[in-house]
Amino acid sequence: MSTLVDKNTRLICQGITGKVGSFHSNGSIDYGTQFVGGVTPGKGGQEWTADNGTTYPIFNSVHEAVEKVGATATMVFVPPPFAADAILEAIDAGIPLIVCITEGIPVRDMYAVKKALVHSKSRLVGPNCPGVITPDECKIGIMPGYIHKRGTTGIVSRSGTLTYEAVHQTTLAGLGQSTCIGIGGDPINGTNFIDALKLFQDDDETEQIIMIGEIGGDAEEKACEFIKEYVTKPVAGFIAGSHAPKGKRMGHAGAIVSGNTGTAEAKFAAMRDAGVHIAESPAALGETLLKAIGKK
Amino acid sequence: MKIHEYQGKQLFAKYGVPVVKGIACTTAEEAEAAAVELGSPVVVVKSQIHAGGRGKGTVYADEAMTELVMEGGVKLAKSPAEAKEYATKLLGNYLKTIQTGDGCKQVQRLYIEDGCDIANELYMSILMDRSVSKPLIMVSSEGGMDIEDVAEETPELIHKLHFDPHQGLQGWEARKLGFAIGLTPKQINAFAKTAAAMCTCFIETDADMLEVNPLVVTGDDQVIALDSKMSFDDNAMFRHKDIAAMLDPNEEDPAELEAAEHDMAFVKLDGNIGCLVNGAGLAMATMDAIAVYGKDYNAFPANFLDVGGGATAEKVCTAFKIILKDDNVEAILVNIFGGIMKCDVIAEGVLTAVKEVGLDRPLVVRLEGTNVEIGKKLIAESDLAVIAADDLKDGCAKAAKAAADYRAKKGV
Repeated sequence: MSTLVDKNTRLICQGITGKVGSFHSNGSIDYGTQFVGGVTPGKGGQEWTADNGTTYPIFNSVHEAVEKVGATATMVFVPPPFAADAILEAIDAGIPLIVCITEGIPVRDMYAVKKALVHSKSRLVGPNCPGVITPDECKIGIMPGYIHKRGTTGIVSRSGTLTYEAVHQTTLAGLGQSTCIGIGGDPINGTNFIDALKLFQDDDETEQIIMIGEIGGDAEEKACEFIKEYVTKPVAGFIAGSHAPKGKRMGHAGAIVSGNTGTAEAKFAAMRDAGVHIAESPAALGETLLKAIGKK
Repeated sequence: MKIHEYQGKQLFAKYGVPVVKGIACTTAEEAEAAAVELGSPVVVVKSQIHAGGRGKGTVYADEAMTELVMEGGVKLAKSPAEAKEYATKLLGNYLKTIQTGDGCKQVQRLYIEDGCDIANELYMSILMDRSVSKPLIMVSSEGGMDIEDVAEETPELIHKLHFDPHQGLQGWEARKLGFAIGLTPKQINAFAKTAAAMCTCFIETDADMLEVNPLVVTGDDQVIALDSKMSFDDNAMFRHKDIAAMLDPNEEDPAELEAAEHDMAFVKLDGNIGCLVNGAGLAMATMDAIAVYGKDYNAFPANFLDVGGGATAEKVCTAFKIILKDDNVEAILVNIFGGIMKCDVIAEGVLTAVKEVGLDRPLVVRLEGTNVEIGKKLIAESDLAVIAADDLKDGCAKAAKAAADYRAKKGV
């Protein structure tokens, strides 16, 4: 097994007729994902043609896509001013998995999304994330598919390109990945570290876990508390941003250190306390993981 | 994005947060005229810079902070002539406060404000608490002090409450806070009204931080914002053209501004290795890795630069030029893991930039991801002196060594 997505996942793309949505829908299809259509309000009834020549239906709403093609997951490539609205629509349609790639959604818009997620049937991954992938079965998002290899490592990360780094190294180390979850770099997100760690702990295919955090907030500290209580599988980890100046926004809106909260030192300390094997740099993630499982 | 106190107070007034009358000005003559117009026996002359602790700051005549002018960047003036005198001492000079770090900021604008009959000084701030995804209001009876000190020494004097961003701060919530900090029944309604208006202002302007220190209770039990510090969610500025227009370019780092114009995130640091990376997380991690693997050569990152996801050759070219402007840079490390971004595009951008800018410092390039083979080939086939790296560790080590070699060659 894997977690969140597999070959039975029926994927649609919200914003499929946009340049980016169209490009990455092709990416998902070429990877072998079961892609079933897209949503662009106002273009319902038309068809979208993939680069490989296959045509897919376009719907006016997510509700329609769920009803007519049985969509079970959606990837959101809607521009920031309208992205929260797109997520809210997907939640209302009761679609089980919403993966929002869009970067730059205002925090205020996410308050409404967070509220709507409570008591809903949906799980949100992101926003501002690379997406979710189960190698050889389903790719939702913008990650380069070919660096992945089916295996036993569950990877969860706040950063996109840093996830690729971890994927690449676990592939080279011969361990491969069960599922990779990019939870995104925004201050308010759907799935958090704890959710992802629980999924990996409960997934029988996942044998070890990589967790990559960033400065800012206290999500990593909370996750480490959870690891102590619940996670029995070996975890290797890294926190980006030891050398970032205080009070500065380091690209990700979430990555701001103020005062003594959210610093890399505090997060590394929490990891050590939880028995997480810490990589000295992201270049050492694969090596550290091998040590964690006693293979090096 | 941050704004000045006087701009924050304009927003406060719009949302019904009580403020005292004030006039912004940029010359000593305007300051004098403002004091005359306000007409009160005492006015306050306040330096407008994007940093707190102005009252306890120090004013210098030069940026190197060698020539002292006076203590205090906020001054009480008992006559228009005195207001003019203080304005002369502040404008154009440099103010150092506990929040300006090692440096100082040039005072280019003043806010001349009416005096105020202060009976009691309070503290209030609002921010987004990401651990519960809700806005948080904090109040304290210890106004006028450094709130970090209060949090450290007497944390029980800070009262916190999460409020619903859709409903705003409710009357009972505001009263609860007011009574907690010891306000009298006569003061409580004015406090509740001010607090609620402040919360509405925070939410509706898409602020990510709002701080008023001090929030004062006057002799006649009014609750007034005597200070204002606000910053905003950059992602929401598309729907606040009026606030976006408040940006003071003098307060921003020119390189950061230039990068922002090209949709890139740049933060200057004081090391010697210029970094050009895609993705915020990887950019931060690259900085960390340079410090680890470049230790033997005393290498340290010179900047954070995230070229973003959909970077074009032109964008990479601009990024390059921004990095090369920093004279401390002794080598450049390009670290790209292409997902959305293709390695051949990066390679083209790098080569174009090298030709355009004229590469006078060593360049190490590490590429991985989509189209990596084409990218590597483009670089290998060019006749430009580019050092190729296999992975992140290799890239950092090579950049650190190249910087050391460059330094030695220069004879520094």
